[in-house]
Amino acid sequence: MSEMKPRTLFDKVWDSHVVKTLDDGTSILFIDRHLVHEVTSPQAFEGLRLAGRPVRRPDLTIAVADHNIPTMDRAKGIKEEDSRIQVETLEANVKAFGVPYIPMLDERQGIVHIIGPELGISLPGQTLVCGDSHTSTHGALGALAFGIGTSEVEHVLATQTLLQKPMKNMRVDVTGGLPFGTSAKDVVLAIIGKIGTAGGNGHIIEYTGDMIRGLDMAGRMTVSNMTIEAGARAGMIAPDETTFEYVKGRPYAPKGAAWDQAVSYWRSLPTDPGAHFDTSVFLTATDIAPMVTWGTNPEAVVPVTGLVPNPADIEDEGIRAQRQRMLEYMGLTPGQKMTDLKVDVVFIGSCTNGRIEDLRAAAAVAKGRKVAAGVRALVVPGSGLVKLQAEREGIAQILIESGFEWREPCCSMCLGMNPDKISAGQRCASTSNRNFEGRQGIGGRTHLVSPSMAAAAAVMGHFADVRELG
Amino acid sequence: MEKFTKLTGIAAPLPLANIDTDKVIPARFLKTIKRSGLGVHLFDALRYDKDGNERPDFVLNQEPYRKAEILITHENFGCGSSREHAPWALLDFGIRCIIAPDFADIFHSNSLKNGVLPVRLSRAVCDQLIDDAKLGGNARITVDLERQVVVRPNGEEIPFKVDPFSRHLLLNGLDDIGQTLQHGKALDSYEVKRHAEQPWQPTIAAV
Ligand code: SF4
Repeated sequence: MSEMKPRTLFDKVWDSHVVKTLDDGTSILFIDRHLVHEVTSPQAFEGLRLAGRPVRRPDLTIAVADHNIPTMDRAKGIKEEDSRIQVETLEANVKAFGVPYIPMLDERQGIVHIIGPELGISLPGQTLVCGDSHTSTHGALGALAFGIGTSEVEHVLATQTLLQKPMKNMRVDVTGGLPFGTSAKDVVLAIIGKIGTAGGNGHIIEYTGDMIRGLDMAGRMTVSNMTIEAGARAGMIAPDETTFEYVKGRPYAPKGAAWDQAVSYWRSLPTDPGAHFDTSVFLTATDIAPMVTWGTNPEAVVPVTGLVPNPADIEDEGIRAQRQRMLEYMGLTPGQKMTDLKVDVVFIGSCTNGRIEDLRAAAAVAKGRKVAAGVRALVVPGSGLVKLQAEREGIAQILIESGFEWREPCCSMCLGMNPDKISAGQRCASTSNRNFEGRQGIGGRTHLVSPSMAAAAAVMGHFADVRELG
Repeated sequence: MEKFTKLTGIAAPLPLANIDTDKVIPARFLKTIKRSGLGVHLFDALRYDKDGNERPDFVLNQEPYRKAEILITHENFGCGSSREHAPWALLDFGIRCIIAPDFADIFHSNSLKNGVLPVRLSRAVCDQLIDDAKLGGNARITVDLERQVVVRPNGEEIPFKVDPFSRHLLLNGLDDIGQTLQHGKALDSYEVKRHAEQPWQPTIAAV
């Protein structure tokens, strides 16, 4: 090929995975990693069975059950019949199709988006998909990672490819240091507040800027995880020394000479100077405060020092009506101080904030304090390995002594498919990623926050500015 | 997948923006291993009160919209979760076409793969169609994929565009896996080349 024009990180990963481009511009895109879970795969395996098709590359596929499993008394099995059938179906399918599987009682079991990076399954420069929208998480490593539907799961199982049109490039650049008391979660909530829940539709987002570069991998994953809440299917961060250091030595990562070859390839991935972005958004981190969502989508967010906004101030009739409905659902009145809102439940966990760094941040606030009377506080580590590490480090002990419940890893209260739910009218400070109506239980009211803000709400009994807790 | 060529039917107006897939079908109904039977749970929280009774003010609980085959709505329909249960639930209810100013990406692709046609039209046109739809049973709307036009009850035609590949699959009711497998040779040689160029790429050994 002649002189190549400057390309983005996304362009490079995309180009290297195109098997063939069809006449209308649709590409057959090769997939390096396919992660499979119990909720979005049964119909896909059924489709293969009906068509008599095998799994083309079981050696690039791995399955785990995470959405639908209990966080207590696991050895006794799954009580709820439909949940149990779903997990048993996955187990039968992985056996029949020869797909690697991490069983529920294995210490490496956990939320698919936590264990992919943790085990070194997800690597820079790869294409990675999963039947789950938060697959964007793995983009923090510099992979092109996105969620797919069940028909596409079947397509990948059968062909190890996807039919895709190239997405547009969007850059979100964040400069400046992270202010005291804030974390990656506050940054990404601020980004979504700025560009809106549909701001990234049709795009992939590359996060750039010295603030992003300064984040550790856990923080980067929190940011890329929530990319889908801004409408973009994938969020990417260029691999650098922080990435390599994180990946090195993980069980499935390349070793020895292969490692050196891998790193030298990964170094060629960052966006070239002068590459074209269809859209660019710039933020300054120094303006960011600890954030709390007040409404029923993640763009409805204010700093903890803020007030519940007044929809009457909004011009667009549709948005005004929607915001009005949000207030009613959330049981709020305009002008209320966020710090006056009492919480009933606190949930720390999920693929957004279920890593060891998140639990450390929560424990730092909880240490020496007690969960407020009447508050139910739950900590659900993102994986079995995170749980073990937290227990070794004494973090689990701190949280338990403060009055938090300490559970087995899975999605849990993030979406309430297992017995961990909140009830109608209850208010929950949650470190997860979606505050949609009914997400954590019918009628439940979810406010998204960072792990330290969740811990602060737990010990105070209401939303509190973690910067004032010291 | 069932073919989609031309559909004339009742359209239900749902003038709300950002309808997420949790709203289309809540997570507690995802504990199924089948594609069918989700129609009764479509829009569960909007459609039923906490005792499971129908809310009379919700459009799909009213005549003639119980038989709606087209849904007309506002921006960013289908945002959030990647659950394909959302188009399955719509399809199971009987909805074959959704018209909106725009759609969330994953939902858009999931719908196409299930023979549910997402049609993008400007907000102004959607509002016009919503007014048409409010006229009820006498105001049928036609969606013609062959000619790529929506026909209003007054006969006015509004053009729309669907990408040619998806249109081809929909018009012929084709399974896209079969289409991709026709390129098996290209895929074989890609895999060989990739392995030769990046032999260090690890695989996942069975546990
Ligand atoms: S933790 Fe929540 S968002 Fe993440 S994969 Fe599980 S259900 Fe989805």
